[in-house]
Amino acid sequence: MSALGSIIRRDVRIALRVGGGALIGVLFFLTVVVLMPFAVGPDLKLLARIGPAVLWLGALLASLLTLDRLFMADAEDGSLDLIVMSRTPLELACAAKALAHWLAAGLPLIVATPVLGLLLNLDGTASLAVMLTLLAGTPALTFTGMIGAALAVTLHRGGLLMAVLVLPLSIPVLIFGVAASQAAISGPVPFGTPFSILCALSLASMVIGPFAAAASLRHGQD
Amino acid sequence: MSLTDLANPTRFLSLTTRILPWLAGLTACLLTLGLIQSALAPDDYQQGATVKIMFVHVPNAWLSMFVWGVMSLAALGTLVWRHPLADVAAKTAAPIGAAFTFLALFTGSLWGRPMWGTYWEWDARLTSMLILFLMYLGLIALWRAVEDPSRAARAAAILTLVGAINLPVIKFSVDWWNTLHQPASVMRMGGTALDKSFLIPLLVMAIAFSLLFVTLHLAAMRNEILRRRVRTLQMMQASRAGSV
Repeated sequence: MSALGSIIRRDVRIALRVGGGALIGVLFFLTVVVLMPFAVGPDLKLLARIGPAVLWLGALLASLLTLDRLFMADAEDGSLDLIVMSRTPLELACAAKALAHWLAAGLPLIVATPVLGLLLNLDGTASLAVMLTLLAGTPALTFTGMIGAALAVTLHRGGLLMAVLVLPLSIPVLIFGVAASQAAISGPVPFGTPFSILCALSLASMVIGPFAAAASLRHGQD
Repeated sequence: MSLTDLANPTRFLSLTTRILPWLAGLTACLLTLGLIQSALAPDDYQQGATVKIMFVHVPNAWLSMFVWGVMSLAALGTLVWRHPLADVAAKTAAPIGAAFTFLALFTGSLWGRPMWGTYWEWDARLTSMLILFLMYLGLIALWRAVEDPSRAARAAAILTLVGAINLPVIKFSVDWWNTLHQPASVMRMGGTALDKSFLIPLLVMAIAFSLLFVTLHLAAMRNEILRRRVRTLQMMQASRAGSV
């Protein structure tokens, strides 16, 4: 347990310090949201209507882009080999790394959401709904994206290939995330239904993601 | 002859040399029979002659999912049993599956034009088919991105299995997202809603297309084995030339 705790502490500390790049995700999120009115026009009514979708899309892309570094930096300095060879189960170590990544890169996105919601003319309830759904949904993005990050590091290929592989897998999260936010704002469906499915998706990906990532890392070793 | 005997590529090649002509012949016969039957099938009272697109469209759609299942089995073969031919099977199935998916989308959009008045409709089944197509393309891109086939095989196997777990989830969520398409009519609870005059040609076509897949897949596997041998020979030649 202490090994996992120290992995989390170390990863969060590295991500938050100079060169870590955790906050670049928030900057990217902000930029994507700011770009949106330039594309669809400064119509506040329209922006309020598509606001939750824009925020979700921005958060999805931001969390995917920062995932590239999840294993890459460790592979470059050799600490990934130590993690793979250590007595801590690799699945748990992967889960710890993903959790640390979510704490450092996912949580800031959620904190930034109400501010960005103001730019998109979302009212209090809408911003709160998007925040809640992002809180429930971004772990699923991180944990499924981790599979792509592990494949990227074993194949020494990152970037676009990883995005192409992982994005289709994140479609259910996007659907239920936006559905739950819309349900809270206007929709005929009660908020609880899509929201609990969103939570289920997150929980399931927390199980599948670490196993797939660990299998990929292990097979990449030999 | 068991599956482990086929681990020897030479034995696999000699077996398929014997089987493939028969298989191809049988496929051609069944496909002809199915096409004749579909041509002779009566017009639908609502859809007219366009209902005949179904005889091509539905088998393609079935196979597009079946091929992912075959690839998942092959992925298990790669990861669990390290069967030498499993990654060959997985690699060669991907383009065939992508082709079936594309044909299902294509014929579906041709069918949709007279029926719904549009080539593309963001309805649940079309959308999940499109996502399946994207996943096939991603998998092919992964195979093509890595030079070493055995490295690529393991990465692709993991991705295939993750995809196999995810596909039902994606299907379910897209269903939730939008339902405009007519509900399933062949695999419906309490018997089929299709008339016999449509059902028999459809089943013949489904069997014919499945055989077509087996034939194409075995042929593609042979090609891949031979391609790998050529690659090995070329590399040996290059290293010999370098050492002289």
